[in-house]
Amino acid sequence: MEVVPTHRKAAVPDATPALPLYRSAPQLEVRLEDFELFAIDRLRVLKGISDALSRGKRPDEMENLVSGLWKANMRHQDSSRVVEKDVISHFVLRLVYCRTEDLRKWFLSMETTLFRYRFRLLSASAQRVIMGELDLPYNSVISAEFENVKDKLNQVARSSVSAGPSLHTAETLFFKVPFEEVPELVAGRKVFIHKGFAYVAMHQVVSVVVTQFRSLLSKALVLTNRKWTSSIREQEQDRLTPIVEALSSSYIGPDYSQPEQFSEMSLREIDKVAASSFPLCMRHLFEKLREDHHLKHGGRMQLGLFLKGAGLKLDDALAFWKAELSRKVGAERFDKEYAYSIRHNYGKEGKRTDYTPYSCQKIILSTPGVGDHHGCPYRYFSDENLRAALGKMGVGSQIMEDVMDKVRNRHYQLACTLTFESIHGSSCDAGINHPNQYFKDSQKILQAKVIHSCSTQGIKCTIQADQRA
Amino acid sequence: MTRLEGEGGGDDMAIDGAEPAKPQLCNVPEGFDPNYLKLYYGKLFPYAEIFKWMSYGNDGKHPGCDHTYFGRREFSFTLENDIYLRFQSFSSSSELESSIKEKCPFKIDIGPVYTVDPAKRHAYAKAGDNVFSPVERELIFDIDMTDYDDIRYCCSGADVCLDCWPLMTIAIKVIDTSLRDDFGFNHILWAFSGRRGVHCWVCDLRARRLTNEQRGAIAEYFRVYKGNENNHKKVSLGQVLHPFLVRSYNEVLETFFEERLLPGQKLLETEERFENVLQMIPDESFASDLRGRWQDHRRSSNVKEDINIVRWQQLKHLSKSGKHKAQGLRRCVEEIVFSFTYPRIDMEVSKHMNHLLKAPFCVHPKTGRVCVPIDPDHCEEFDPTAVPTLSSLLRELNMGGPVADHENGWEGTSLSKSIRFFRSSFLQPLLKSCKEEIEASYNTELQQSKNSLSW
Repeated sequence: MEVVPTHRKAAVPDATPALPLYRSAPQLEVRLEDFELFAIDRLRVLKGISDALSRGKRPDEMENLVSGLWKANMRHQDSSRVVEKDVISHFVLRLVYCRTEDLRKWFLSMETTLFRYRFRLLSASAQRVIMGELDLPYNSVISAEFENVKDKLNQVARSSVSAGPSLHTAETLFFKVPFEEVPELVAGRKVFIHKGFAYVAMHQVVSVVVTQFRSLLSKALVLTNRKWTSSIREQEQDRLTPIVEALSSSYIGPDYSQPEQFSEMSLREIDKVAASSFPLCMRHLFEKLREDHHLKHGGRMQLGLFLKGAGLKLDDALAFWKAELSRKVGAERFDKEYAYSIRHNYGKEGKRTDYTPYSCQKIILSTPGVGDHHGCPYRYFSDENLRAALGKMGVGSQIMEDVMDKVRNRHYQLACTLTFESIHGSSCDAGINHPNQYFKDSQKILQAKVIHSCSTQGIKCTIQADQRA
Repeated sequence: MTRLEGEGGGDDMAIDGAEPAKPQLCNVPEGFDPNYLKLYYGKLFPYAEIFKWMSYGNDGKHPGCDHTYFGRREFSFTLENDIYLRFQSFSSSSELESSIKEKCPFKIDIGPVYTVDPAKRHAYAKAGDNVFSPVERELIFDIDMTDYDDIRYCCSGADVCLDCWPLMTIAIKVIDTSLRDDFGFNHILWAFSGRRGVHCWVCDLRARRLTNEQRGAIAEYFRVYKGNENNHKKVSLGQVLHPFLVRSYNEVLETFFEERLLPGQKLLETEERFENVLQMIPDESFASDLRGRWQDHRRSSNVKEDINIVRWQQLKHLSKSGKHKAQGLRRCVEEIVFSFTYPRIDMEVSKHMNHLLKAPFCVHPKTGRVCVPIDPDHCEEFDPTAVPTLSSLLRELNMGGPVADHENGWEGTSLSKSIRFFRSSFLQPLLKSCKEEIEASYNTELQQSKNSLSW
């Protein structure tokens, strides 16, 4: 993106699309303060999307939310400059978020989500225009062929609940698309596939378009990164670089890859802490490990990285895992097969990357199989098992129903947040987004309780006083 | 005339024409022995076929051939004592052969084709970022019997028998049909994993170039089974089934369930077992009705008929009868069948390009059985307990006598059927397509460069 003005004439005077594809950086002059302000406004939108995603919002809720966020943040007092603001803010953030793999991943996923819901809000003809711009030369299925596959298409339409309101395949336009281009529709069995082609209904086209958008943006981000490291950072050392660097650090939540400076978990207290401060997903793994002296790979990763984030040192981790696993497999096999991967998690083997503990989103999306105990219990436990587990944690029957209600609506993180609040008797406004956050907040509350057990009385009084007022 | 000695074979396989020690030769003990393995790699392993396959036509003389192709493929060896040698690469068939013969790996894994020779990845790493990354990899599936432990009562863990093997047959049929009919792939190799499962290699160019996301999508398309240890109901089907599931159910699952698994696994024979099935029924009154009938069934039972089948017919009949008629119950019959039959693939293996998978024709170090290809069109006939073992093959070699002079050591042994099948049903059609693709892409490039020259 050029912040320096150039005098190239814009080739498109009239048809500026309502939804730009951000193919190339705009050739226009940007005031330095706009540069930053626009970017911050867009970041508010992306951050809002990120929060909503981690709370497991449904597509229809997301659609309203995105449109609301956009209206609230991306206006411009000069209506002719709305598109300009959209484009500029995107390119500024591209610069901000191109610089590491994690930043790129976050930005890519938020921008793609934003694009998806903005696209869905467009009219059918506007959608066709964008398909044209993306070179999606799909032919609609001709009627002779349609007759052959009609029954199958009907079957698919009826089999996927979220297929949209109109299920009359006869009236819907279908496109024949190589299955590779619609991975999400394939993954959800939302399309009929025959001989390598997916039959995509008009209302599903959003998936194709989003895939294209995502791949364009992903490639562009890598290029931007190269440009950033090779020239821009140097050239803009005094002007843009400080803004760019400040922008990225302020908005992404902590990743808990480094344990808190002063927190340290010792082996002696691990059982006590597990019972008081582990979220259900980790408690369950921990108890299973104590019980069976074994966990499958997914479970070892989920629990192991969590413990690392909670402050368990490498030596203690080795001792902890060895004490359990070797009872099942013997000390020799432990040293040979398991010790390596524990050191690996701590960045002492192989690629020597210090691995990050799993976030709720990652855990919710994992796919535990037979014999596995990892994943999010709120999602994978049966009703009965979940009730039993929550009861054991001390969740009362009133709250239990609220938790189960959240689970039924697939708000797993909200269910976990409610559990947290019920057990700790204190609110958690930020919501639970990360098992290590759960752990940290829990420890904070418990320690405060020990230290200030007297002063809480005082707080209660003030609250009551407020309520009366 | 040459004779091979089974035990204590030295580096040159103890070929000793002068004094054949007949008596002990035909008597190779069962089991796995590093010395047998040396003989296997020396005489039987089909190097030429593996090389041809992994070259995908790039070893030819056509100017469009990429001669670096085979050399950019990762092989990984597991030696005795679990020593892993990753990122091995070879520039030719003979290099591959001599390295395998020298190192005598207990297991050979095949990885992806990388941008550069994986053995020299460190040299390239210094040059800049992302130079070393996978570019091509077969789409692979790994199905392991241990993932079915909650639904098989005949054996558990590493064991398999003819009562549970139909689960693998089902997996092959369901996935093979879908890969061909739905996804349009043609070059698919199925192989016995050597102990308790099967591997699948989809080798079409289109498959080899899939991104991780696309691989994940195909794996998800196949995934129905979502349960884990903490949920009784392992399969939850929607109101209407996707055509792929309908076809799998009608053509494979239902028949195999009723004819093989129900009687073979005795799924409804004892109270403990039928409770597992009743737990999948959402309607409590329906479940307890059945429970009542099954609990005092003993007196009235017709001795000739299999009790599992009788009970299943009752369940099916009752679910359709007026008393319990409900949409949910019809679906629950299907859900039970899916739970007890539908393939369970190891998702992680299929999702990522850089996952390693054991090469066909390896010998499983625990069972001594060769990882032979399985013909998907006749997979019902495959018997895992009859697969050639290291020792059975060595016995055949020893018995073979003069026949062992063939160019291919495996001629005349029971491995020859497998290698011939690999050649004629998989390799030949594959290489024909590869040749066409190489020619086509060469011609397009030629055309393009001509066009640009004319400017």
